[in-house]
Amino acid sequence: MDKKTPLFDRHVALGARIEPFAGYLMPIQYSSVINEHLAVRRNAGIFDLSHMGEFRVKGPQAQSFLDMLLTNNVDVEPGKAFYSTMCYPDAGIVDDLIVYRISREEFLMVVNAANLEKDWAWVTSHAKGFDFRLTNESDEIALIAVQGPKAQAIASKFTETDLEVIPYYAHVSGKVAGVDALIARTGYTGEDGFEFYVAAGDAATVWDAVMADAPNSGIVPIGLGARDTLRLEVGYVLYGNDIDHTTTPLEAKLGWVVKLASGKDFIGREVLARQKEEGLGRNLVGLAVEGKGIIRHGTEVFSGDTRVGIVTSGTLAPALGTAVGLGYVSKAYAKTGTSLEAVIRGNRIPITIVKIPFYTKGSRR
Amino acid sequence: MSIVHENLRYTQTHEWVRREADGSVTMGLTDYAQHQMGEIVMVDNSGMGRDVRRGEPIGALEAVKTAEDFYAPVDGKVTAVNTQLEADPGLVNSDCYGAGWLARIAPASPAQYDELLTAEQYRKLAGE
Repeated sequence: MDKKTPLFDRHVALGARIEPFAGYLMPIQYSSVINEHLAVRRNAGIFDLSHMGEFRVKGPQAQSFLDMLLTNNVDVEPGKAFYSTMCYPDAGIVDDLIVYRISREEFLMVVNAANLEKDWAWVTSHAKGFDFRLTNESDEIALIAVQGPKAQAIASKFTETDLEVIPYYAHVSGKVAGVDALIARTGYTGEDGFEFYVAAGDAATVWDAVMADAPNSGIVPIGLGARDTLRLEVGYVLYGNDIDHTTTPLEAKLGWVVKLASGKDFIGREVLARQKEEGLGRNLVGLAVEGKGIIRHGTEVFSGDTRVGIVTSGTLAPALGTAVGLGYVSKAYAKTGTSLEAVIRGNRIPITIVKIPFYTKGSRR
Repeated sequence: MSIVHENLRYTQTHEWVRREADGSVTMGLTDYAQHQMGEIVMVDNSGMGRDVRRGEPIGALEAVKTAEDFYAPVDGKVTAVNTQLEADPGLVNSDCYGAGWLARIAPASPAQYDELLTAEQYRKLAGE
């Protein structure tokens, strides 16, 4: 039985197309993926992301626990956030996540909904011997994001908190539409924007306040369809598509969240260190379609008769008007500018390896 | 509630089919299917002139999130494709039974048309 977010009835009333995603009935699109996408690029959109999972890690050894579990440096200042991967001993990825440091001894991990149960089992299985408390608050916390170049101007109408002073990947506690919220300048769109973590029971208050002002602000609700095209256009990976237990963060070009040089010990370190030393057989690249066609997850990539890679995500990029994708390509063919071919319905279509992000004009700070 | 026209025939794969006065059949995507797919952003309509068998893919529709083949509703020869879709694939959404038509086929035998789903049968298939 699929779960509903606290805003399910709002999505139905708005006429959204609802589909099961990661165990939740989620809005896929309200009007059109392209219109929603462009609204976020040009103005602002509001997202219900309450399906995401939240684990609270609190106690004297919260930091050392996360240090062992995560590939990134976890010792950031309270009020800051960081992106990280979490690996298996073989360096395959358990999940990618954002962690908010609430205080010296308290962190909030935000994980992918599709991985919620797996992550919880993984995290709890390593908790033994550490002095801290771990709670799964996924059902108690709702997440509403406001993203786009006008996000700050719009969100400021609903909070006394000075949003201007919150840097990218930082957060504060405050009130939004009168309810308690963790207000974070984070997102998954390449645009400036905020994420509001609120009690599940307060989600409708925030949503309704922002939507009531929509005729003035022009903000529109955004479904998971446009969420996916927005993230792909700026080259952000999606777990299950671009990364999973068979890929390592180094292969996925996420080496910047793998702190091998720091000397910290973490699960997967040994294999990642070896992989770094010996070099990668393949890595994630940006792909631009030169001919007609759209590359998709699973599209094969060739150089002449040699199969050299596979597409992991692909779409028409609404803000660019061209088809782009992410994929893994053998090292010898992975240089920017390399011309390759994708096989779309049996036809060879020219593609080129290009730099990520595809879309570079985002308002992200 | 999607639109199903009484005077058309339909396929299991969500194409509509109309018999023209000259005996050829015109086909397109149903309203139900265009709505399910979302915005069509590209049409691969390269089947022109091909001899096709019923159920064989003769082209493809690319939406933002998905791609779907479309299939010959009858045996025959593709005698026309809608070249307007090259520049304006969104016609499949905005006017699926009109300007958004996909292809025309000269049927090998007229009998296959009569085997296609009726509007009533299609409505049941689409769950409406």
